[in-house]
Amino acid sequence: MSALTRRTLLATGGAVVVSFALMPHAFAQGQQQVPKLPGSLDKFPMLDSWVGVGADGRVTVFTGKAELGQGIKTALIQCAAEALEVDPEIITIVTADTARTANEGYTAGSRSMQDSGTAILQAAAQVRGILIELAAARFNLPPNQLRAKSGAIIAGDGRSVAYKDLVTGQELHRPAQPTSQLKDPKTFTIIGQPAPRVDIPGKITGAPMYVQDLRFEGMLHARVLRPPSYGATLTSVDTATVERLPGEVKVVRDGSFAAVVAQGEFQAIEALNALAATARWQQTATLPDSRKIFDTLRGLPSNDSTILNKGSPSLQSEHALRATYRRPYQLHGSIGPSCAVAKLDGDALTIWTHSQGVYPLRDSIADMLHMPQDKVRCIHVEGSGCYGHNGADDAAADAALIARAMPGRAIRVQWMREDEHGFEPFGPAMTSDIAATLDAGGKIMSWLYDVWSNTHSMRPQGSGGNLLPAQYLAQPFSPAAPKPSPQPEGAGDRNAIPLYTVPNAHVVGHFIPQMPLRVSALRALGAYHNVFAIESFMDELAALAKVDPVEFRLRHLDDERARAVITTVAEQFGWQPNANLSRGRGRGFAFARYKNLAAYCALAVEAEVEHETGAVKLGRIVAAIDAGQAVNPDGIRNQTEGAIVQSASWTLYEAVRFDRQAILSRDWSSFPTIRFPALPESIEVHVINRPGEKFLGAGEAGQGPAAAAVANAVASAAGVRLRELPLTARRIKAAIGV
Amino acid sequence: MIELNVNGETHRVDVDPRTPLLYVLRNDLKLNAAKFGCGLGQCGACTVLIDHSPVFSCLTPISVLEGRYVRTVEGLGSADKPGPVQKAFIDEQAAQCGYCIPGMMMRAQALLERTASPSDAQIRQAMAPNLCRCGTQMRILRAVKRAAKAMVGELTPVREAQK
Repeated sequence: MSALTRRTLLATGGAVVVSFALMPHAFAQGQQQVPKLPGSLDKFPMLDSWVGVGADGRVTVFTGKAELGQGIKTALIQCAAEALEVDPEIITIVTADTARTANEGYTAGSRSMQDSGTAILQAAAQVRGILIELAAARFNLPPNQLRAKSGAIIAGDGRSVAYKDLVTGQELHRPAQPTSQLKDPKTFTIIGQPAPRVDIPGKITGAPMYVQDLRFEGMLHARVLRPPSYGATLTSVDTATVERLPGEVKVVRDGSFAAVVAQGEFQAIEALNALAATARWQQTATLPDSRKIFDTLRGLPSNDSTILNKGSPSLQSEHALRATYRRPYQLHGSIGPSCAVAKLDGDALTIWTHSQGVYPLRDSIADMLHMPQDKVRCIHVEGSGCYGHNGADDAAADAALIARAMPGRAIRVQWMREDEHGFEPFGPAMTSDIAATLDAGGKIMSWLYDVWSNTHSMRPQGSGGNLLPAQYLAQPFSPAAPKPSPQPEGAGDRNAIPLYTVPNAHVVGHFIPQMPLRVSALRALGAYHNVFAIESFMDELAALAKVDPVEFRLRHLDDERARAVITTVAEQFGWQPNANLSRGRGRGFAFARYKNLAAYCALAVEAEVEHETGAVKLGRIVAAIDAGQAVNPDGIRNQTEGAIVQSASWTLYEAVRFDRQAILSRDWSSFPTIRFPALPESIEVHVINRPGEKFLGAGEAGQGPAAAAVANAVASAAGVRLRELPLTARRIKAAIGV
Repeated sequence: MIELNVNGETHRVDVDPRTPLLYVLRNDLKLNAAKFGCGLGQCGACTVLIDHSPVFSCLTPISVLEGRYVRTVEGLGSADKPGPVQKAFIDEQAAQCGYCIPGMMMRAQALLERTASPSDAQIRQAMAPNLCRCGTQMRILRAVKRAAKAMVGELTPVREAQK
């Protein structure tokens, strides 16, 4: 589309509310040599898509990203407040909503600060520039004699004008420029300072913060009858008896999708139990033998891609080592099972959801219901932490289907615990082979790595078939074909390329399209496994080279920021080469740069292994993270502490159990996770701030390194190396051979 | 009709006496803090206090609550006037998604009403029934310790506080 059309569009002031939707990147591509705009501004360049100034003087910041408990609201407010020179208190933030915010895709991949943080920082800086220009015209002064302070533009002669008096119409409805007048990071007073999270006061006082807490007039409670196993067909069910239960119970059925609706929540649960008791299913699922799952996966057809080919790797050496690592299917296991509220008013459907991607979800639901996309609105409301693609989108689809059958009524769908455990898409099982050789000086000569994995994204992606209930309708939808995600970020092959300097290397990702169990994105995707494997193997190579593992890593690293997180941890932990450890006590080290292009993270872990039982007790943990320019250092610390505890739990305890027909991990006793008595003694996280550098994101950086550091500490304490996760007491005991 | 005392107020609710307390708190009394997590007593997201003891409200039918004294996070304080446990959780920024936190706070409250200055091991043991999936536990431990310090001298022992 031509620049002329672009200007014409801008001139049509009436459509400003949907400015972000009218200015997608595709429009700009017709112009030659359009400079790339920073972050999400590139797709949504209009400044008022990001920042607004109200007549009351309050500032509104819009983001297409969602608060998932990672503290993104707080960090984005800090960015805007810093650039706009306003008190963070006067900022209201609007998060992912298909009617109000830019389509920033999924809130995933530790990308929110890069995408949205960058856009908001730059947009706010440009808005400040516009406000100065407007004030300059008003005061008849050159802009360089004006400055922004506390929500006003102030002139050297003492005159000042509030932002709200400068923005009275469409002043901010302008496309962003490629460069912004950013403040000198040395002058930052808000970015880089620990800020208390804006959502915590509400969360600790029982304010209605979550989608689970929404209550609408006349709202009905729904529960969905999930099948006993994947793909089972509902052959018969007695709806009449159930509909006689108290609570004006109704059954909504479409093929093998059935749900109950009742006035009261407990009534809905009772009705669900009654319905389940009468349901007859034909089960067809055949799951692989869980004891042979890794062989099964390797035996499936795969699309192989060489993602690194350097020099001529050879295993002809006296100092060669090879190993195989395995990671099981693992649950997101959100503490609050998925929930959604939907309401059909006339031909317009509104869904309140804790989905990570309101736009792709909207498109998928429109596809499932054969509705126009603009008649479906998805509004993000917080749920329980998700850590990736859990049941959120499916619960939203459940609510949409039921709401369609009961027009005019708000329908609240709440998954039960066994629904979430049994039907959420798991983090995929993975396996990899590594082989390497050392030269006489103890440096890596050759490196061969092969990793096998399913997809790590069966997210909605606009396809109805990726929504669980759509697969059970009388006219069922099929999931879209899984696709590998390209390097450099990758998915199953995320972090499969070592950051270490190796002269000869060959790395292959084996993408397995066929999915024996339902899988999708779990925090850090394949990086969790690949970093566990590579960093375990680095310790094994260091032992072969008879070199301290920290020293061995540093020998193979040129990147100064990588070296800085490693040396920070070594110093703060008090890492001594050849430390004298008593029997049963160990320590482990690990490092990775997430996706090889985002945050750097290293940590050291102490562990004790009880010889007789194999039980692991974690001791002191010291970590360092460089996420670029730190916006809220305490937010980064919180995320990193969380990543370490969660990853330690995955690594020590967690694997989805299944038999030949169904998922057996249906609650917290059949899928144990870390409890307070097993927590590490302490965790300290050092944030290495890099003022003025790009935002690198922090949410997932710790996942892989924590797994490897725990595994290395266990190997050090137990005296034996375990290469299959989880590192359960039973496995450790068996490996010790007591 | 069943009479319930929640956070010092008496409520009369007309529901099936088998209804778990959690659903009455959330839907009939519109108190959001106690959360549904598992319905099985395995995660603690629904923890409330009944006469000073932490219980899983998802498993407790209201029929057993006549004349008992129920407390939820809403009874600990407000955003403007947070109670000592709430204030400690704010000061330590002890939340990520926050979904498990009300249950954590009620279990901590129960511990601190019984044990004025609990040891680290006592806190870990007392908190064991409650799960957090975001990995905020280290901050929760710090918050409980901070609350313990703040509460020393503020609370009367449990037996005297019994109504």
